[in-house]
Parts: sequence; C-alpha cells; structure tokens
Amino acid sequence: MRHLNDILDLSTEEIEQLIKRAEDIIAHPGDYAEKCRGKKLATLFYEPSTRTRLSFEAAMYELGGVVLGFSEAQSSSAAKGESVADTVRTVSCYADIIAMRHPKEGAPRVAAMNSSIPVINAGDGGHNHPTQTLTDLLTIKREKGGFSGLTVGFCGDLKFGRTVHSLITALSRYPDIKIALISPAELKLPSYVKRDVIQKKEIEYVQTTDLTSVMPSLDVLYMTRVQRERFFNEEDYMRLRDSYILTPEKLVSAKSDLCIMHPLPRVNEISTAVDSDPRAAYFKQVLYGKYIRMALIMMLLGIE
Amino acid sequence: MNIDSIKNGIVVDHIRSGESMELYRMLGLDELDCQVAIIKNAVSRKMGRKDMIKIAADIDVDLDVLGYIDPNITVNIIRNGELVEKRHVELPRRLTNVLKCKNPRCITTVEQELDQVFLLTDPVDRVYRCLYCETKAES
Repeated sequence: MRHLNDILDLSTEEIEQLIKRAEDIIAHPGDYAEKCRGKKLATLFYEPSTRTRLSFEAAMYELGGVVLGFSEAQSSSAAKGESVADTVRTVSCYADIIAMRHPKEGAPRVAAMNSSIPVINAGDGGHNHPTQTLTDLLTIKREKGGFSGLTVGFCGDLKFGRTVHSLITALSRYPDIKIALISPAELKLPSYVKRDVIQKKEIEYVQTTDLTSVMPSLDVLYMTRVQRERFFNEEDYMRLRDSYILTPEKLVSAKSDLCIMHPLPRVNEISTAVDSDPRAAYFKQVLYGKYIRMALIMMLLGIE
Repeated sequence: MNIDSIKNGIVVDHIRSGESMELYRMLGLDELDCQVAIIKNAVSRKMGRKDMIKIAADIDVDLDVLGYIDPNITVNIIRNGELVEKRHVELPRRLTNVLKCKNPRCITTVEQELDQVFLLTDPVDRVYRCLYCETKAES
C-alpha cells in the first residue's frame, strides 16, 4: 500500500505517469467517470481550505466515487481531544482512501503509520503539500511543454512557502533548470533548501530582491502569498505583506510566453488587472489540480 | 586518584573529555542504585584527555545514545573482573526517545504518546531530522 507524504515519495517516472494519466483524463473525461464507482474518499481537514478540499472532492466525484469527512477540527473528534492515530484507525473502517490536511507538521505521516488505507498529505503546516506540487508540475508541463531548460522565478515568501520548497525540490530532478529567487531579505529561501537542493545539484540560480531585474529571463514566474498564519507576530506580517505586487507594468519586460503561476489564494500580490493577460495561468492551475488529483487517487487505489 | 576496578559491570571508555555528565544524564544513570563512577580528564595515549564511566552492574546500555554522543566511544563488559567483550558503537540511523523535537508546529507536541523519532539524514555532518516534521535536531 502506498501513501503520499512528500513529493519525493514519487519517482520522476511515477510523476511522468501521473501527468500522462491527467492529460488523458483532460482529453477523455468520459472514460474515467466510473473508475472509482463504489469507492469512498475521506477528506480529513483539520484546518480550513477551499481549494484543496474541493479539488479532492470534485476529483473523487468525477471518478464516480463518493466523499465523506470534515472540513475543520471543531466538527471532528479532534475537538474532544482524539489523537490523529485513533481518528485514522476509525476512518480506515469507513473509507478507501484519505486526504488529510493538518496544521501540525508531520500529522499525515502519523496518519499513514496507523492507517490500513492510503493517506494523501493535503498540506501539513509549513511542511509538505505534495498535491500542490503535482498540480504545479502538470501546469508547467501543459503550459511550457516540459521542464528541462526552463528558468523558473519564485517570488514573495520563499521562507515559509512550502509550495516553493517542494516545487524547487521536484524541479531539481530535471536537467538544465535555472532558478531565480526573488524575496525580501526576511523571507529568503531557507539555507537548508538552498544548500541541500540547489547547491547540491549544482543548479544555476540567482538570488535578488528585485523582480524587474530578472523578469526578462523568466519562462515561469511563481508568485506566492505572504501567509498571515505562518507569522507569530502581526507586525512582521503587515510589514512584509506588500513586498511584491505583480502589475501589468511590471510584466512589460517579460517574455511573451511567460507562464504566471500562483498556488492561490492570493491576497493582493497579483493585481486583478493581470488576470486577463493570456500569460496568467493561475486559474488554469486550479483546474489542473483536480485532474492530477484524479490521477493520483487512481494510482493509490491501484485502479488502471 | 584510584577508583576500584569493577567485578561485574560496564566501563564506558573513550568518552570525549567533558562529555561524561551529558552521557550520565542521557543514559539515565542517576536512576541506578549501584555504584557509578565518573572519571573526568583521565590521561589517554590516544586522546590526550578522556572521560570514563564505570557502572558496577550488568545493565543494558543504550548503544544508540552512545553512538549519537560520540561514535568513538567503546563499551567494555566486565565479568568476574575480566574483560569479556569490547563493543564499538556507531552513529545510529534512528534515535527513538533520545531527542525532543523543538519545532512548536510538530505533531509530536500534541499527539498522545507518540515516540520522538529522529533519522540520520547526513552522516558526514551528523545531521538528524525529526521523522515527522523533518526539523533538524539541535546538537
């Protein structure tokens, strides 16, 4: 039985298979409408999430399966003090696969250790969010045709942004990737990611506070939100929130085929005036997220 | 200074000078009823100065703890006044309930009776990370 806790749990070949399957689902959705008939997905969401939970639920419904679960800790036994291990042992009796989001880092691993059904990490604090990374990879594949040779810029909160760490790690396994790290000094990429991933793999990179200076070189621009919930101090959050706001003016020097991504939700870091730019891919990214989750659910349930 | 040799028990030898007290605490030796001697700054041909711990009882010493503190430590088993076994420790791949995760967002801070597990992720730099949240252990 397989679980998905970290994007590195999947080999590049398996990611390739998932992308291929997702692209086939996009091309022939009707062929997949009954694939999970009779199967149940449990969505155990201990903290609020719109996109990820609905994406998992839509994915399961489109495969012909059904969904049960909870969308906040207060409406679960966690409010009574039940452990993750006990909740998962119980849910294993009702469902065929679990998608779990939890504010505590490592909770999905504890769940996997105690589960008799596959567990998908749907985000654990600032740690991992592998299905977002799969979504990002499918988006890049669809919009740019592949990964090798791309220059990918990451902008905003690179310190707490788990999606950034995971995507950098995932991209580092492909040849000729170049990376631009754009952030205020306080929100720089953690040194262990830089050392253990970028420098270890000898990836060409630039680190800057100035988005406009690197804009012309980028094939992909991955914007991130400065997340209030990652700060213990409101003052720091308010100060850093508006560091980078992407506007049509800043995009003047960008390539005509730039792919602008964002894991969403955004607060104000991308001006709504950018939404109509054909280079804006962040709402397509949401749609791709559903397809890659369909492919993942099928893979973990062993459905061909 | 003379300390009696032990008849039955364990001598933890080649401890880096100054580390014996930490080892004493981590091995839980303060809870033993038998005689325990800590020898600090003993002269050593190999190390210059070293610490030693003599335990006058045949207890199970946690070799993982020793390996984590210093993989050069040796453990001598004494029976009837004779050295019967010399054990060499190594850097353990997994440490259970030896270290505590310092990440306030880690699941170990709230989950009932969850073992604190750390895995060796970089043997060269001796880096251990929490099994759950992957936070680096503070050395």
